[in-house]
Amino acid sequence: MSNAYSGPRRHPRALHAGAWWAWALALGTAATRTTNPLLLGLLLGVAAFAVAARRSSHGGRTFAFFLRLGLVVLAIRLVFEVVFGNELPGTVIVRLPSVPLPSVFAGLRIGGAVTTQSLLGATYNGLQLATLLICVGAANALASPRRLLRSLPGALYEVGIAVTVAMSFAPQLVHAAVRVRRAQRLRGFSSSGLRGWLRVALPVLQDGLESSIELAAAMDSRGFGRRGPVSALRRRITTASVLVGLLAVACAMYGLLDTGSPAVVGVPLLVGGALVAGAAVLLGGRAVVRTKYRPDRWRAAEWVTVAAGAAALAGVVLAGVWQPGSLQTNTYPIAAPQLPWPALAGLALALLPAFLTTRAPLRNAASRIPERPLVGASR
Amino acid sequence: MIRFEQVTVTYAGAPKPTLRNVDLTIPEGELVLVIGRTGAGKSTLLKAINGLVPHFTGGTLAGRVSVDGRDTRTHPPRELADVVGYVGQDPLAGFVTDTVEEELAYAMESLGFETSVMRRRVEEILDSLGLTTLRDRPLLDLSSGQQQRVAIGSVLTAGPRVLVLDEPTSALDPPAAEEVLAALTRLVHDLGITVVMAEHRLERVVQYADRIITVHVDGTVSDDAPAPAMADAVIAPPVVELGRLARWQPLPLSVRDARRAAGPLRERLAAITHPRLTTEPASPVVTTRGLVARYGDVIALRGVDFSIAPGEIVALMGRNGAGKSSLLAQLVGLYAPAAGRVEVAGHEPHRRSASDVIRDIALVPQQPSDLFCADTVDDEIGRRPAAREMLDRLAPGIDGALHPRDLSEGQRLALALALVLTNRPPVLLLDEPTRGLDYPAKARLVKVLREYARSGSAIVVATHDVELAADAASRTVVLADGELVADGPTSEVVTASPAFAPQVAKILHPLPWLTVDQVRTGLEMSAS
Repeated sequence: MSNAYSGPRRHPRALHAGAWWAWALALGTAATRTTNPLLLGLLLGVAAFAVAARRSSHGGRTFAFFLRLGLVVLAIRLVFEVVFGNELPGTVIVRLPSVPLPSVFAGLRIGGAVTTQSLLGATYNGLQLATLLICVGAANALASPRRLLRSLPGALYEVGIAVTVAMSFAPQLVHAAVRVRRAQRLRGFSSSGLRGWLRVALPVLQDGLESSIELAAAMDSRGFGRRGPVSALRRRITTASVLVGLLAVACAMYGLLDTGSPAVVGVPLLVGGALVAGAAVLLGGRAVVRTKYRPDRWRAAEWVTVAAGAAALAGVVLAGVWQPGSLQTNTYPIAAPQLPWPALAGLALALLPAFLTTRAPLRNAASRIPERPLVGASR
Repeated sequence: MIRFEQVTVTYAGAPKPTLRNVDLTIPEGELVLVIGRTGAGKSTLLKAINGLVPHFTGGTLAGRVSVDGRDTRTHPPRELADVVGYVGQDPLAGFVTDTVEEELAYAMESLGFETSVMRRRVEEILDSLGLTTLRDRPLLDLSSGQQQRVAIGSVLTAGPRVLVLDEPTSALDPPAAEEVLAALTRLVHDLGITVVMAEHRLERVVQYADRIITVHVDGTVSDDAPAPAMADAVIAPPVVELGRLARWQPLPLSVRDARRAAGPLRERLAAITHPRLTTEPASPVVTTRGLVARYGDVIALRGVDFSIAPGEIVALMGRNGAGKSSLLAQLVGLYAPAAGRVEVAGHEPHRRSASDVIRDIALVPQQPSDLFCADTVDDEIGRRPAAREMLDRLAPGIDGALHPRDLSEGQRLALALALVLTNRPPVLLLDEPTRGLDYPAKARLVKVLREYARSGSAIVVATHDVELAADAASRTVVLADGELVADGPTSEVVTASPAFAPQVAKILHPLPWLTVDQVRTGLEMSAS
C-alpha cells in the first residue's frame, strides 16, 4: 500500500458543517469570557489560521467581510467612548468641549475629557465584541450556513428551508434596491431624501415579493412539501415540541453563559429541553419523505474538531478559576495583560483541526481532474 | 400524455377568460412549440400542465387537465413533480441551493429518492446536459446559458416524462441559446421526453418543433403541424417570411431547407444592386476615449473607443457579460470611469446632476418596470401630453387606471420609452428591448426608432437579437470581454460570424441582404 492512499476516510472531504460551527462558536463563547487583549488576539489568530487552512470556496471573501465588520465595531465602540463615555479619572489625552444636558439625562454626557484609561478599556471591550463577530465569520467561512441548514434533521426541514429562503431574500433586496435607484436616476429623480427612498422602496418590495413567489412556485413544482402518511395533528405536535425543546435549550444556554445566574437553573433546563427536542425530532423525521443527497458524515475528525473547540473554551474558563483576574486586564492602573497557561493550552489544542482534518476538495477542481465514469455504468 | 378537455381559465377580477374551451392532446415524445402574441396566455397554458394554474396562481379552471392519467385538480404541482418538470422564465429565480450538483439533486431529495439512485441520476444528467465540468461550481458564477441548462437538469433528475419550458432562450445570447436548444433536442431524441415550450424567438426554435400550438388573443387555441401553422401565422420568423415572399412550396422552416430552395432567388437578387444606405458623416454627439469601467475586482470595459453621431442607430452586441450594460451605464453617468473619458453632448455625464443628464441622454434599462414608481399608468405619465401621445402611438389602448406592473412586456417597454422620451433627448439608449416582444411589437419598435433617428437623434440598442440589429441598425458594434472587437456597417459585421448572422443573410449568403424587407424592396424596385 502506498503512502498516497491510506483508506477511504483520508480522502479529502469537507468536514461536517456542524463540527466547524460548534468549534467556531466555542471560540466565540471563550471570547465572551475575557477582555484580555492577548487572549483575544490569540483567539483571532487561531480562527484566522483555521480559515486560511480549511476555508470553503467562498470562505475568503466572507471572512474578509467579517474582519472588516469587526474593525467597524471596534471603531464605533471607540467613537462612542470618546463622545459619550463616562468621565473617569486618569491621564487626560484631550479635553473635548462638553455639552451640558438637562437634568432629565442625568448620567449621560457628551464631550468632556478623554483619558488613556477609558480609551484602553473601550478598546478591550470593542476587541471582545469584534472577536466574537469574527468567530462567527470564521464559522461562515469554514462551512456555509446553507450547508449547516442542510444537515438539519427532517422534522426541522421546513424551518431550515424558510431560513435558507430568507437568507437569499436579503441580498436580493439589496441588489434590487441598487438597480431601482439607478433607474430612478434615469428619470431625473434624485434618489436621496425620504421621498427618494419611498420611491425606491415600493418597486423593490414588489420585486422581492414577485421573486419570492417565483421561487415558491419553482420549489413546489419540484416536489417540495410532499407528505408522508402521517396525520396533520401529529405533525403539528412534533413541530411544536421541537420548538419548545429548542427554546428551553436556548434559555438554558443563556443561563449558563450569563455569569450572574446560578448554574442550577441552567443545567436541568438544558438536559430537559435537549431530551424533548431530540425525541420530537426522531418522531417527526418519520413524517418526512425527504432524503439527503451526499449527507455530511459525522466521523472521528468531527469529534476531534468539536473537542478542540471545547478545549479552548474549557481552557479559558479554567484560567478564570485557577488564576483569578487573568481574564480581565486592569486599566486602573494600567497593567500589562497576563498570559494564563490553561487558556494558552486550550488555544493550542484548538489549532489541531486545522492540521488534523483534510482540506475540503476545491470547488472547481473538477475541471482539472479527468472526468469520473458514470456510477451506474459499472453494473 | 397531456390532455386538455374543454379547459377554460379565468383569473380573479379578469373580465374575460385567458384560455377558452381548450381541447388538446399532446402525445408522448413530441417537441411542441407554443406561440402567440405577448400576453395571449401562453404561460397560463404551460402552467396549467403541472397544476401551477390554478393551485398557485389562483383563478378558476373549468374542464380537465390530465398528465399521464393524473388529474391536476386532485394533484397539486408537488404531486406531479415526478411526471412534469417545469422551468420558469428566469432560471436564477427558481434556484434553491448554491451549487450545480446540489441543485440537480434538490427535486430528488424532495421526492425521497434513495441516495444511490440520486448519485447515479445526477451523473447521468450532468453528462447528458454537458455540465460535468461545472458540477461543483456556485450557480451564481455560471453563464446564463449554463444556468438555463442547470435549471433544465434540476427538473429532469426527478425523471419526468414531460418537460415544460417558458421562454428558455429569450434572455440568452445566440451561442448560449444554441447550447440550450442542442441539449433539449438531444433529450427529445435520446430519452423520448415530451417537451412543451413557449418562445418568442421563433427563428431559433421553429425548425425543431413537431407541432405548433397557437394561443389566440381571444383565448382559443389551435394545434397544427409546423408548416401549415406557419403558412398564415401573424408571428413568423424571417425564414418563413422570406419563404412566403418567394412563394416556396413546401414552406421551409430551417435555414438549411430555405437555402436549398433559394437558388433561383439568389440568382435574381445577384442581378439587383443592393440598396445601400449612405450616411454622410456628422460630428459625434457621444464619444468615449480609452474608457475603462471597473467594479471592485471586475474590469467590465478595457479601453473602449466608441462614438455615435446624430441620426445613427447602432446595435451593441456581444455575449452576456461582455460589457454592453456597463457601456450604457457609463454613457448616462451612473458610474465614473476608472480611466479614459466619456463625453455626451460636450459634457462628462457622471459630473452632472441626474436631471441635467436626462435632458441629453435617456436609457431604458433591461427591466423597464424599474423606471415606474406610481400606482397607475396615468399617475406615471402625469401632466405630460407628449408622453401620453407617445404611449398611444407605441401601444394604443392601454387602460390608464392599470398598475404599471400589470402591463405586458411590450406595454411596459412602451410606457418606459414614453417616459424617457418626453424630454426628447438627442441620445437614446435601450438595453435588451426585445425580450418578451413578439414580431409585430418588434416591428412597431423598429419603426419608432427609425423615426426618432430620422428626427436627428442618436440611438444605441444593446441586444442579443440579430434580427433586430439587421432590421434597425445602420452600424453594429461587438463587445467581447470588455473590449470592442468589431465596429462597422451592420451588413459587414453581422455576416462576418455565423453565430451573429441573421437568417436571411445565412440563406442568401454571399449576397449582402439582411432582412426580408430589404429583399422585398429590392424585388419591387427591379420589377418596376
